[in-house]
Amino acid sequence: MIAAETLVDIRDAVRSGTRSAVEVCRTALDRIAAVNPSLNAFNTVTPERALERAAAIDARRDDLRDRPLLGVPVALKDNLCTKGVRTTASSRVLDQFIPPYDATVVRRLEDAGAVIVAKTNCDEFAMGSSNENSAYGPALNPWATDRTPGGSSGGSAAAVAAAAVPLALGSDTGGSIRQPAAMCGIVGLKPTYGRVSRYGLIAFASSLDQIGPLTRTARDAAIALGAIGGADPADATSASEPIADFGAALTGDIRGVRIGMSEQLLDGVDAAVAAAFHAALDVLKGRGAVVVNVELPHAKYAIPVYYLVATAEASSNLARYDGVRYGVRPAGIADLRSLYSATREAGFGAEVKRRIMLGTYVLSAGYYDAYYLKAQQVRTLILRDYQQAFEHVDAVAMPTSPTPPFKIGERVSDPLQMYLTDVFTVSANLAGLPALSLPCGFTADQLPLGFQLTARRFDEAMLLRIGDAYERDTTWWTRLPPIASR
Amino acid sequence: MPAELTPAQVEAVAALANLELDSQEVDLFARQLGEILAYVDQLHEVDTTGIPPTAYVAGSGPLDRNDVVAPSFEVAEVLANAPDADTSRLEGGFFRVPRVIG
Repeated sequence: MIAAETLVDIRDAVRSGTRSAVEVCRTALDRIAAVNPSLNAFNTVTPERALERAAAIDARRDDLRDRPLLGVPVALKDNLCTKGVRTTASSRVLDQFIPPYDATVVRRLEDAGAVIVAKTNCDEFAMGSSNENSAYGPALNPWATDRTPGGSSGGSAAAVAAAAVPLALGSDTGGSIRQPAAMCGIVGLKPTYGRVSRYGLIAFASSLDQIGPLTRTARDAAIALGAIGGADPADATSASEPIADFGAALTGDIRGVRIGMSEQLLDGVDAAVAAAFHAALDVLKGRGAVVVNVELPHAKYAIPVYYLVATAEASSNLARYDGVRYGVRPAGIADLRSLYSATREAGFGAEVKRRIMLGTYVLSAGYYDAYYLKAQQVRTLILRDYQQAFEHVDAVAMPTSPTPPFKIGERVSDPLQMYLTDVFTVSANLAGLPALSLPCGFTADQLPLGFQLTARRFDEAMLLRIGDAYERDTTWWTRLPPIASR
Repeated sequence: MPAELTPAQVEAVAALANLELDSQEVDLFARQLGEILAYVDQLHEVDTTGIPPTAYVAGSGPLDRNDVVAPSFEVAEVLANAPDADTSRLEGGFFRVPRVIG
């Protein structure tokens, strides 16, 4: 079995000259080629571009040695625009799309010394909780290839879990970084809304979307966030809050840190998930954290609020796919109106259509107040629940997903059941809060489990500090699936 | 709220969304959207009298920038993704769509 190599291990090896960026890059490309036939985790791999870039880093290593991601191979969710590299959002409608620009996070990763090696599979337009809505077929879980890696950033999570890359970026609108991280046994961070520029992220629900890292450790996530975060003139919702030295927060000391949890919320949660969650809280208590009960009375409304707000925003954002400026246009269309509808009929999958339909319905005359406005009001109450909780605690803990990874095909015919998968993750998006998922155990049949911490706005440092402290007393993060030794 | 939408309701929403659904999709969405709407109806048990809506949760304030002219994309780069474009004309070219008038 190979060791669980972290971003820090790889970067330090390149910094010290023990390994060249080209060697590291070749290893990542070999690993991708070895695992992808089993996992379908990658939509596009860019070996020439990556090796060229790695060679350029090696040529300037002395000048670049302080870069925080020096020589680190990175995979990007395929809804992040990469100049000159096909970017599909796993949708047929963008099958041929080659962006004329880089997302801000792409520029920042490269400035930090990273080498982008591939674009990862995901649910179409990031809409899904199992990666089964991809136009290119589902990515599969490295721990059990008959199961979902989670979604929507399933390919990014599978890529890191299978040790193909130490860092992947995903996007999280309702749990799409954290849930696949939990289901693949790795770390996933959804930053505070506004912390990371969304410029170049293919939009799903603009008041909820946020880009973040999937990594093996909290420390790696801290370094990645430091590299990609911060204000950006190209995204008016990006925040001017300064980027802290997240690495400096990782002291291992969480004595007196107050962590809230709600036993009530665990009703109906899988027994293995609940047991692993309680064991994780015991580890934190063992390091001196204080666990107290918190009330989140509106948490049970998070799913209905989320699926109204997110679909409404999606119906508006996806209006741009009309077959005019980009996208795949069906042949032989004689009039403009048919051009729009035929493009969308041929280009979108079933879940995307379902969400556009729901969003259009709840925004339409006669239903706006009863659904969309109502959902926005309850969103305010969910936000207030957290504000009140954070008067007493520094973080709120809950499981990331109510179940372990489920089987491919198990939930596809029942959209509502699939939506309930997101019960613990959507609140952080609705309230704009940062949240971190950490691996916390396995089921009896070796399926990974995770738990999640949520903190005050812009207090990712607290999450990362708790996460790092937790990792010092646990070894879950060091475990690799058998496929990683292939 | 009835647990199922009528096919006519589904078709009306599809028209608003510029979606062309086949009859199977119409039947499926009539049932599924009805189920989802019945589920979200639980929000009506929450008293929201006087509660302001939250549209998004901002940071320290929107990041304004000065209104100055800055370089944008090359026209040719943008047109490169168009399913149909005419690049031979004035100013670098146009997106082409089916005839709209006459």
